[in-house]
Amino acid sequence: MNKLNVDEIKKDFPILDQRMNGHRLVYLDNGATTQKPIQVIEAIFYYNTRSHGNPHRGAHQLSIRATDEYDLAKERVRQFINAKSLEEIIFTRNTTESINLIASAYGREFVKENDEIVLAISEHHSNILPWQRIVKEKKAILKYMYLNEDGRIDTEEIKEKITKKTKIVSIAHMSNVLGTIHPIEEVINYAHKMGAIVLVDGAQSTPHIKVDVQELDADFYVFSGHKMLAPMGIGVLYGKKEILESIPPFLMGGDMIEYVYEKEATFAPLPYKFEAGTQNVEGAVGLKAAIDYLENIGMDKIEEHERFLVEYALDKMLSIPYVNVQGPKDLNKRGGIISFTIDDVHPHDVSTILDSYGIAIRAGHHCAQPLMRYLKLPATSRVSFYLYNTKEDIDQFIEGLRNVRKWLGYGS
Amino acid sequence: MDLNSIYTQLIMEHNKSGHNKRPLDNPDIIERGHNPSCGDDITLQLKIAEDIIEDASYTGVGCAISQASTSMMIDLIKSKSIDEALNLVQTFIGMIKKEIIDEEELEKLEDSIVLRNISNMPARVKCAVLAWHTLKEAISK
Repeated sequence: MNKLNVDEIKKDFPILDQRMNGHRLVYLDNGATTQKPIQVIEAIFYYNTRSHGNPHRGAHQLSIRATDEYDLAKERVRQFINAKSLEEIIFTRNTTESINLIASAYGREFVKENDEIVLAISEHHSNILPWQRIVKEKKAILKYMYLNEDGRIDTEEIKEKITKKTKIVSIAHMSNVLGTIHPIEEVINYAHKMGAIVLVDGAQSTPHIKVDVQELDADFYVFSGHKMLAPMGIGVLYGKKEILESIPPFLMGGDMIEYVYEKEATFAPLPYKFEAGTQNVEGAVGLKAAIDYLENIGMDKIEEHERFLVEYALDKMLSIPYVNVQGPKDLNKRGGIISFTIDDVHPHDVSTILDSYGIAIRAGHHCAQPLMRYLKLPATSRVSFYLYNTKEDIDQFIEGLRNVRKWLGYGS
Repeated sequence: MDLNSIYTQLIMEHNKSGHNKRPLDNPDIIERGHNPSCGDDITLQLKIAEDIIEDASYTGVGCAISQASTSMMIDLIKSKSIDEALNLVQTFIGMIKKEIIDEEELEKLEDSIVLRNISNMPARVKCAVLAWHTLKEAISK
């Protein structure tokens, strides 16, 4: 298999070609958001300079072009995750909005008193809070699947928590803190046996590994554009057509209607039923360009490249005695995210010190307080990789790491 | 950005020493303060007799900046009156916001004057001011 030509790829990302605090910029905060290649920036530029109008609303040329661009982007997303039909792809602002849509619209319609909703303890707040609200409203029950010592959810835990009482299982494909790739095929199969539906939060997985929603048999699969080279403010909700059809609309407004009378209305068919108001067309255009870019390189090659980076980084990090790596050590069970702590140094100080060496990482609770409490950690530092990161980036990061403790007055 | 102006000897010493990090016996006031976005979480404990802060301490977790700032503040407010302590809080916040730059006026902040450079590091300002805001909450009640 051909390796990624990262030097060529890097040339497409103008933002990476700068110095930060006197050092070469090393961007390792891809779990938070990713940078944009010139192809994405230009696609948005061309849309804004040639085709911008309000889609689905006008008979004039610009409105028609905007409609075409928007629908084309949707078709590109459909192919990317291999959904059966366009009706199953709904554009949202981001993963958070997609989850809220399902929790509110599906949850309100179908969750009843004493029904159970099952999450993993490693979920991001955006996959916890919407369910807490619906559980309170419906007097339902929220349950968590806990992780084993390797940061994984094992079969016994799945079978203990998902039961005939379970209505919904909502779980991240990849943990944004630990990088764990959860056994979602197993979760989905078992949940379906128990009669539950499954929402998969693909915010961290979709940018990095090939996702096939039909093969997974996920009922809902959601993700954000800005973590996969696209702009902020465009996200995706995939849902199986028959389930989406059974759910009432989430937001009410323009473009999601069929007929509106003084006291009642009928709604547009899928997917427009869930797309009220003017949509983020330039975001959709950017997302299409990002998918073109990623697939042109090949998701399998991106995955392989990141695996190489994780292996290289883990190996170096594990050899430093005061660095503690969280999450699975088995490379087959983790993606391109590594959370760690340094003895005696708070993660925020680690982040500030690395920043002074030009290295951008994330520190804190990563919007996953229940997981941090479960791991008994107040916070961690996190590096997360993408296709444009290199071996040199990791070398610079490791060198920075070796300097951290000195700044706080420790010998090494 | 110059790390030397942030991670000074004094901040390191306060961060590591922990001489103010302990629970008090029967404190009169307990006030918790935290930065939800980053997880700094401290609890101030105060013993107050006739408007004078007789003893003070803190417990909790946080970065070196938040821990050192808290410890420096506690050294400063011990045996001060409530009004004096509130005035110190105002001066400290004024220094961080760069509203107070007069050296003589800042002198009363003693050790904590080293935190003045934190305003060059916007992401860390909230770490430096946490304890001071918490103290203000605690004693203005």
